[in-house]
Amino acid sequence: MNATRAADTARTTYREALRAALREALRGDDRVFLMGEDVGRYGGCFGVSLGLLEEFGPDRIRDTPLSESAFVGAGIGAALGGMRPVVEIMTVNFSLLALDQIMNNAATLLHMSGGQLNVPIVIRMTTGAGRQLAAQHSHSLESWYAHIPGLRVLTPATVDDARHMLAAALDDPDPVVLFEHGSLYNEEGVLDAATDSVGLDSAAVRRPGADVSVITYGGSLPKALAAAEELSGDGVDVEVVDLRSLRPLDDATVLESVARTHRAVIVDEGWRSGSISGEIAARIAEQAFYDLDAPVQRVCSQEVPMPYAKQLEEAALPQPASIVAAVRRAVA
Amino acid sequence: MNATARSAPGPKRPGSRRPRPAGDGEHRPQRDHQLALLRQMLLIRRFEERCVELYSAAKIRGFVHLYIGEEAVAVGVGQALREEDAVVSTYREHGHALARGVPAEAVMAEMFGKATGCSRGRGGSMHLFDAGRRFYGGNAIVAGGLPLAAGLALADRMRGAERVTCCFFGDGAYAEGEFHETANLAALWQLPLLLVCENNLYAMGTSLAREHAQTNLAMRAASYGMPAWTVDGMDVLAVEAAARRAAESVRAGGGPHFLEARTYRFRAHSMYDPDRYRDKEEVARWKTRDPLDGLEGAMRTAGSLDDGVMKQLEEDVATEIDAAVRAAEAAPREPVSDLLRFVTSVPGRV
Ligand SMILES: Cc1ncc(C[n+]2csc(CCOP(=O)(O)OP(=O)(O)O)c2C)c(N)n1
Repeated sequence: MNATRAADTARTTYREALRAALREALRGDDRVFLMGEDVGRYGGCFGVSLGLLEEFGPDRIRDTPLSESAFVGAGIGAALGGMRPVVEIMTVNFSLLALDQIMNNAATLLHMSGGQLNVPIVIRMTTGAGRQLAAQHSHSLESWYAHIPGLRVLTPATVDDARHMLAAALDDPDPVVLFEHGSLYNEEGVLDAATDSVGLDSAAVRRPGADVSVITYGGSLPKALAAAEELSGDGVDVEVVDLRSLRPLDDATVLESVARTHRAVIVDEGWRSGSISGEIAARIAEQAFYDLDAPVQRVCSQEVPMPYAKQLEEAALPQPASIVAAVRRAVA
Repeated sequence: MNATARSAPGPKRPGSRRPRPAGDGEHRPQRDHQLALLRQMLLIRRFEERCVELYSAAKIRGFVHLYIGEEAVAVGVGQALREEDAVVSTYREHGHALARGVPAEAVMAEMFGKATGCSRGRGGSMHLFDAGRRFYGGNAIVAGGLPLAAGLALADRMRGAERVTCCFFGDGAYAEGEFHETANLAALWQLPLLLVCENNLYAMGTSLAREHAQTNLAMRAASYGMPAWTVDGMDVLAVEAAARRAAESVRAGGGPHFLEARTYRFRAHSMYDPDRYRDKEEVARWKTRDPLDGLEGAMRTAGSLDDGVMKQLEEDVATEIDAAVRAAEAAPREPVSDLLRFVTSVPGRV
C-alpha cells in the first residue's frame, strides 16, 4: 500500500499509471477481475498488466483464447452476474470481432430490459497509429463507439487520467469503453499527488490561452501541446482542450473556450469523414456560430488505410506541424 | 439416442417412462407433476395462438416468432432448473419466458408495448427480460446470447455459487462463431453452463443439411470436451429426464453440458414467413408427434387424465390468457416523455 502511494506521487509512465489503477481496483474489490488475450503470463500485450498474475492469480488475471466475441460477451455476462470485469482487447481493430457483443448487448441491455439489467463492465483497448504497424493495427475507431447510446467512451491522455479513470469507470453502473493510445504507454508525467479521483463527465483545459481553442483528446494531446508551444514563440496564445470523454461529450467546456478565443481547431486521429471532429464542429456551428471569428479547422488522419512506411504514416497522421498550420489558418 | 458423450449413456427412451395408473395416493405426485407439465405446455400453446389473433388484429406488431410445436423443450428443461439458476434465450422465447415463470400478463403487456410489460415496452416479443427470475432474454442476434451465458456461468464459478446457467439457441446459431468460441471457452474453464440446442431442422428457410457440413450436432459439441447428447424434443418427459441429468451434472461441477433437442416448429419462422421451403407432408408428419398430444395421450392411457380434467385445464388456461390480454389492453403506455429513460443509468446522460 505504502509502495503504491510513493509510486503515485513519483514520476510515472502512462503504462505504470494504468497498472497502478488496475492493482488498486483488484485489491479494493474482489468482484473485479481482468481478462483478455495474454493479460496474464505474457504480462499484457503492451505490458500494462505485468506482475498482476503473480499478485492476484490466474482466476482474476485471466488469459483468454483468441475469441474476442466470446470473452467480451462473457465479461458482459459476468457483469450481469454481479462481477466487475475489466476486459482488455489488444487493439480497437480486433474489437470489431466483439462489436456485436459491445453494441448489441452491453449498450442495449439496460434499455431493452426496461431498466432491469445493468452492465457494469469496463472494456479497455488500444487505439491509434504512429508505430508503423500498418493498416490492421493502427486505426482510430473510438468515434464509432462514441456513436452508440448506452456506452461511455473515455480517452485518457495524461498519467493522472490513466491512473484514475479506471476506478471511476468501475463505479459506473453502465458499460465503459476505455481507449488507450498506443503511443502514450511510454509517456512520462508526474502524478498530481492531490488527485485521488477524477470525474468522467467534463473536458479539461490542459493549457489556457486566449487566441484559439485547439480541441483534442487521447494520443493527439501531446501533439497539440507541442504545437501550442511552438506557436507561443510566435505570439499565438493557444488554449488546448482535452475532451477526455467522447461520450458523453462535454460541449459546455468546448463552447465556453470557443466563446473566449473565437476560433476552433479540432485535432482527431480518426478519418475526417463521419468523425468525432465532425460532430464537435457541428455542435460548435449549432451552438456557438456567432462566437466564431473564423471557420472551424479540422486536423484529421488522411482518408487512407494506415500505411507502413514511416514517411507515409507520418504524412497520414495529424502532426504538430499540421496543427500549427491549421491554427495559422484559423488566426489569419 | 446419439449418446456421443464420454459420460453416462443417453436418456431413457420415452416408452420406459410410461406413467402408471393413478388413483391410489401413491401415484398422485407423478400425476400432478405431469398435469403441471401439460398445463405449462398448453399455456404456451394457447398464449401464442392468441398472439396470432392479436397480430392479425394489429394489436401486436414487430417480428413475432412462434414456438408452437417446440413447447416440450422449454417445459422439460425448465423442470431441471432451480429458482437461483439463470436462463438466456433467443427471439423465439415466449415459451422459455412462460416456462421460467414470467407471468403471462407481463409477457402479453410487453407484446402490446405497454408500461407493465416485462421490458416496459422497450423490448417487444423478441426482448423479454425478468431480472428477478434471472431470465436474461430475449436476444435477437443469432448466437448473441451464448457468450453472455458463459459470462453468467463464469460469475457463478468465480464466486463458488452452485448455480446453472441454461442457454437456449437454435441449429442456425450453432453455425455462428459465437457458438464455437463459447463452447471452447466454457469447456476450457469448466463453466457451469447448460447448452440447449433446439434443433428444429431449419434456420429460417435453410435446412440443417444445407447449413451444416456435419449434422451430428452433439458429436461436434462433444469434440470440445463436454458431455453431449441428443434427446427427442417432442417428448417432454424425455427432455425433462435428459435435462435433469445434465443440470445435476453441471451443478455438481461437471463443467458445461450440451443437449440437443430434436424438435420442429409447426408454424412459419415468423409472422412474415410464407413458409415455402418445407413441404406440407413433412409438416403434417411432425404434427403427428405434437408434444401436447403425446403427453395427453400417455396420461389418458395411464388413466390419469380424462375429458373432465382436460376441459378444466383448457378453461384455466383460457382464463389466465384472457386476463392477461385484458390487463394488457387496459395497461398504460409508457409516456413519450420517458423515451430516453434506461439509455444510461444516470438519467439524462447520453
Ligand atoms: C447474427 C444474425 N444473423 C441473421 C439473423 C436473421 N435471423 C433471425 S432468426 C434466423 C434463423 C435462426 O435459426 P435457428 O438458430 O435455428 O433458430 P430458430 O429460428 O430455428 O429457432 C436468422 C437467420 C439474425 N437475427 N442474427
